[in-house]
Amino acid sequence: MKNARVAYAGAIHQACEFNGQLKLADGRIVDEQDVIWLPPLEPRTVFALGLNYADHAKELAFKAPEEPLAFLKGPNTFIGHRGQTKRPIDATYMHYECELAVVIGKTAKNVKKEEAFEYVCGYTIANDYAIRDYLENYYRPNLKVKNRDTCTPIGPWLVDARDIPDPMNLKLKTYVNGKLTQEGNTSDMIFGIAELIQYFSSFMTLSPGDVILTGTPEGLADTAVGDEITTEIEGIGKLVSTIVSDDIFTKGQDHSHIKIPY
Amino acid sequence: MRALVKARVRLKDSEFSVNVHVSDRHLEMNGKNYELSQVSLDIPITGTVYGTLLNFQGSLEALKEQVHHPPYNQPPIGPVLYIKPRNTFSAFAKPIPLPAGVPELEIGASLGIVISKTATRVKKAQAMDYIEGFTIVNDISIPHESVYRPAVRFKARDGFCPIGPWVVTKDSILDPDCLGIRVYINGELRQENTTANLIRPISRLIEDVTDFMTLNAGDVLLVGVPENAPLAKANDHIRIEIDEIGYLENPIIPEEKLAMEGIS
Repeated sequence: MKNARVAYAGAIHQACEFNGQLKLADGRIVDEQDVIWLPPLEPRTVFALGLNYADHAKELAFKAPEEPLAFLKGPNTFIGHRGQTKRPIDATYMHYECELAVVIGKTAKNVKKEEAFEYVCGYTIANDYAIRDYLENYYRPNLKVKNRDTCTPIGPWLVDARDIPDPMNLKLKTYVNGKLTQEGNTSDMIFGIAELIQYFSSFMTLSPGDVILTGTPEGLADTAVGDEITTEIEGIGKLVSTIVSDDIFTKGQDHSHIKIPY
Repeated sequence: MRALVKARVRLKDSEFSVNVHVSDRHLEMNGKNYELSQVSLDIPITGTVYGTLLNFQGSLEALKEQVHHPPYNQPPIGPVLYIKPRNTFSAFAKPIPLPAGVPELEIGASLGIVISKTATRVKKAQAMDYIEGFTIVNDISIPHESVYRPAVRFKARDGFCPIGPWVVTKDSILDPDCLGIRVYINGELRQENTTANLIRPISRLIEDVTDFMTLNAGDVLLVGVPENAPLAKANDHIRIEIDEIGYLENPIIPEEKLAMEGIS
């Protein structure tokens, strides 16, 4: 089953894929062009892996890590399929990162590698944009690079784990305006899904709704305002986002006109 | 320390606005007077907790020449932030688990700024409008030398972020940029500093952070931990005191003695 969260006709709905369309929980069947796609889950704790593909580590002139290089992400950064990601005016290098996102389904503590997949409820796709201009050498990668508003599209679908027989052998692809620019396979991860679950759960409790973004293969390239970026993972779907100019976010810096009703 | 402040507390399933007598640790709830030890306080916040590193002048100075050499190469330009995930959240008086094989924990005393409404690209001059109040946070770490690319396992363990005991409303605080912070271990004063030593005072920190990321109602931004964080070991009793806010107290207990699931 492929599940989604969408806004349609004035409300937020749980939905699932139904013959190429979306079936809302209330029974309505709607066209996927007619909904606003939201992140398919409201992420709780989100881990992101740095340098988890050998080829990407090489690309960045970095020795493959001996321990997973992980950092955490806040909820501000996530947007849904077909959303807008803003590119800061001063950025000179902003790249996409196609990543398999693993969603935890039950409380996990001290999980053995052999049993790790029992704790996965599903998979989705993330595009974890990074702006290398802001990279500083403290608590790297710093939040200014990796925790910006709108810079992590996720979705469209949360695909049930049972529908993905081998998550460690899926093709990943990124297209910029329809042109293939990044290609890899989840089989090239340095730390696989089971090892990552074993690693994190060895020192902290994982909970339902926690997400592990498993890193990206080589093939990163700069993006420009107006570009449509599609990150695709075999069997999971295609996640599209459009790069928009910072200008439209900076108009009317005074927020006093926005009233929050409480 | 002023005697009476207004605060919000959270018990198991409900929230109360209370008057807190900080100095004698009484709180008035529904017209009745309670001693702090009589009530079971829950974590008073709901959102994401963002920590700030190297925001005390002394903590940056402690790195000395290192900041000009690899891997750092230069002093930080922007605020250095990290996230304390939810499994770390813990309430007043709850034990802090000491992981097996770890002799000591670093006690990270920090003032927590509790955000009241969606804060995006907030200017310094308006920053106070986005603050509900302040709380005390113990940002626990396993001691680690490098701040270049530390593993999350140093800071993200279950129970590594006690928060509370309450959120003191901002109107009760005279000047949040001038609050004394003290850490006592087993009753002995081990660290003393003041938010007057922040590199980025509160308003500036909010401007710099919300310039690139939105803070939401219920989120907490830590102003940072002072230099020379004290170390504590198994069975130590930790008390962090912040002027006008109160005391956050937690014992350190070896994790094998605790039922770990759902520590928060």
